[in-house]
Amino acid sequence: MIYREAGQFKTTYGSDQAIFPILQDRIFVGLVLVAAALVPLVADEYWLQAILIPFLIYALAALGLNLLTGYAGQLSLGTGGFMAVGAYSAFKLTTAFPALNILVVFLLSGLIAAGVGLVFGVPSLRIKGFYLAVATLAAQFFLIWLFNKVAWFVNYAPSGTITAPPRTVLGVMVTGPQSSAGVRYFVALGFVVVFALVAKNLVRGRIGRSWMAIRDRDIAAEIIGVRPLQTKLLAFGVSSFYCGIAGAELVFLYLGSAETLAFDIGLSFLVLFMVIIGGLGSVLGSFLGAAFIMLVPIFLTNAPHTLGLNLPVALQKQMELMVFGGLIIFFLIVEPQGLARLWQITKEKLRLWPFPH
Amino acid sequence: MKVRTLLIGALAIALAAGPLALSALAQDKSIFIPLLVYRTGAYAPNGIPSANGFNDYFNLINERDGGINGIKIVFEECETQYDTKQGVECYERLKAKKPVLVNPFSTGITYQLIPKASVDKVVIHSAGYGMTASADGRWFPWVFNFPMTYWSQASAFVKYVGAQEGGMDKLKGKKLVHVYHNSPYGKEANPTLETLAKQFGFELTLLAVDHPGQEQKSTWLQIRRINPNWIYISGWGVMNQVAVKEAASIGFKMDHVVGNWWTGTEVDVIPAGDGAKGYKSMNFHAPGAGFKVHQDIFKHLYDKGNGAGRRDGIGEVLYNRTIINAMLDTEAIRLAMTKFGNKALTGEEVRWGMENLNITEKRLEELGMKGIMRPLRVTCENHEGNGLALVQQWDGKKWNVVSDWIEPMREIVRPKLEEAAVAEGGKLGYTKRDCSKEK
Repeated sequence: MIYREAGQFKTTYGSDQAIFPILQDRIFVGLVLVAAALVPLVADEYWLQAILIPFLIYALAALGLNLLTGYAGQLSLGTGGFMAVGAYSAFKLTTAFPALNILVVFLLSGLIAAGVGLVFGVPSLRIKGFYLAVATLAAQFFLIWLFNKVAWFVNYAPSGTITAPPRTVLGVMVTGPQSSAGVRYFVALGFVVVFALVAKNLVRGRIGRSWMAIRDRDIAAEIIGVRPLQTKLLAFGVSSFYCGIAGAELVFLYLGSAETLAFDIGLSFLVLFMVIIGGLGSVLGSFLGAAFIMLVPIFLTNAPHTLGLNLPVALQKQMELMVFGGLIIFFLIVEPQGLARLWQITKEKLRLWPFPH
Repeated sequence: MKVRTLLIGALAIALAAGPLALSALAQDKSIFIPLLVYRTGAYAPNGIPSANGFNDYFNLINERDGGINGIKIVFEECETQYDTKQGVECYERLKAKKPVLVNPFSTGITYQLIPKASVDKVVIHSAGYGMTASADGRWFPWVFNFPMTYWSQASAFVKYVGAQEGGMDKLKGKKLVHVYHNSPYGKEANPTLETLAKQFGFELTLLAVDHPGQEQKSTWLQIRRINPNWIYISGWGVMNQVAVKEAASIGFKMDHVVGNWWTGTEVDVIPAGDGAKGYKSMNFHAPGAGFKVHQDIFKHLYDKGNGAGRRDGIGEVLYNRTIINAMLDTEAIRLAMTKFGNKALTGEEVRWGMENLNITEKRLEELGMKGIMRPLRVTCENHEGNGLALVQQWDGKKWNVVSDWIEPMREIVRPKLEEAAVAEGGKLGYTKRDCSKEK
């Protein structure tokens, strides 16, 4: 009854092809954006710093991987490596050119990550499926090894850590310890909103369609004129660009300083799980998956406290891991296509409500 | 179908409400100290005794003395799994309770927290770990790493090797291998060892072991090929046990394998069995449960069933280390109270206490810690204090101290340290403060 498009007539091609063709969706998205903008007014620093900022950053990374794995069908385990490329290039760029706007630095480090992604994407022409996953795994290990081994990347810091230096944009401190969590939140939010919009439009257009054609049947796609090499490489490039920016943000907006361990294989799996649980081939799914993987463990850690149970931390952690693992399996069984599909089913049900047939 | 809907609904609510679930703020008449611990994961073997030490000492102060001058210590554990991201989450969560001081108990997490400390006005005490450069208090007023740093430790190790070889000049041409955890922690000692290798003419090989360190076969094959005279290990967690076992299995002379002070507790050597006999490690305090403070812990906590760990775990190397760490923290708070009054202190006030800390032999005796560590003095310039190192050896059953107190080569370490402080402080946009103006 509430969620129904009856009476909304599309009179132009433009309105028929809009990202959100239904009025209620537009209102909903608008409300979410307004809420996101108002969050710093109500959220305390813990919320911003430990929950929302990492959520936005992981959502961006998941979005990047979703373009590659969900839309173009190329399974990648190199996400952590590509994020590390972004983080280390941002560090090198901003220490070499301190006057360069940090937002430009993020974009440039995304481009560098895209370049690296292109190189490691070349084998995808010949290698498919699980074998490609192994090849990208090589990228992961090689890149982490490289950043650990070559001291130039960390400006010869004896500890091998990179630290986000203080940088301002238009007089506002954006990175470094003095920057406020609210500002960093808005930067992360801005990047995510812009690039989610870009991603949505990419996948609706010619590029996205050629990615999906390659994903569904590469030989058929080739016969109808999709060039596999360019298409796959483009997917690798765009995906790594997203991951690179997310990696730079991870260090500059969230952690403040980092070592290569922050980008180890665990991170690659984490982002892959976000994509799978959220929904392969869905922009919304990237957000839902990131929220699930990020927020559920934090909830599980805090839950016993709220209930007044004073469990030992070790037990609590183990329970958290068990329950979290159980939830992942539960969701994969009830809806193998991810949380995004659940959302879609809910919407369909809402359309019929209260008179289901 | 119903269950499914219910579960999904519950989860949606949980997602929204989850992080809100923060418990109430600490009381006014208490001092809050967060404990970042790791009782699970690859580093738990070392994390558990360490966490128990902190718990027991703070509980002892509360039980026996009714707190510090009547102000109770409130502490809360948070599990980090030695993971920096989880550590940051813990810190941010516990920050709401207004902590005055934090012991990150991980060099990686210390690096994360150093930039935050001065902004949040929380003292960081990384006792015997963390960023070596932060020992220059002029650049890092909020960070303390007494009683000693990694660099001082490494120089003490080289001095010990020199003494064993019969003089520093005998080091020429000797081969040393540093097996280190491939993280900021493990890498800390490298610059010092490299400097000393140049100065004394020994050959240094640096071999990294990747996290978590369960796989070291290739490293030890390489060591067999190099056939070094001495091996220095900077490990942590599972890596320690594996390294000691591997050293024993390649038949290396165990009394020429020396761990740093994070690579020499009971759980590190027991799995290697008899093979570990003769293995040495550095330390800055005595091992064993024979001190008066331990009797107090038995009497006030364990006899009443309030101990944090097992009774026989008391006196383990890491356990002793964290009760010393906790003692230094509480003494700094006590000192700050003499200046600011017996009340719940702020971070700034505790920072003053840390910076003017002076633990005398007499005070150690009053604390029941005579002989467990040396007197310690911290100043504004020197946040490392004047700690000395010693060497302990495993005899198959327990650790025995086998050396005198070793003075680190401060004349070599300190200038390097000040150089590094300029670089590290510069990265964070800090400026050097003038210590003569401090009161």
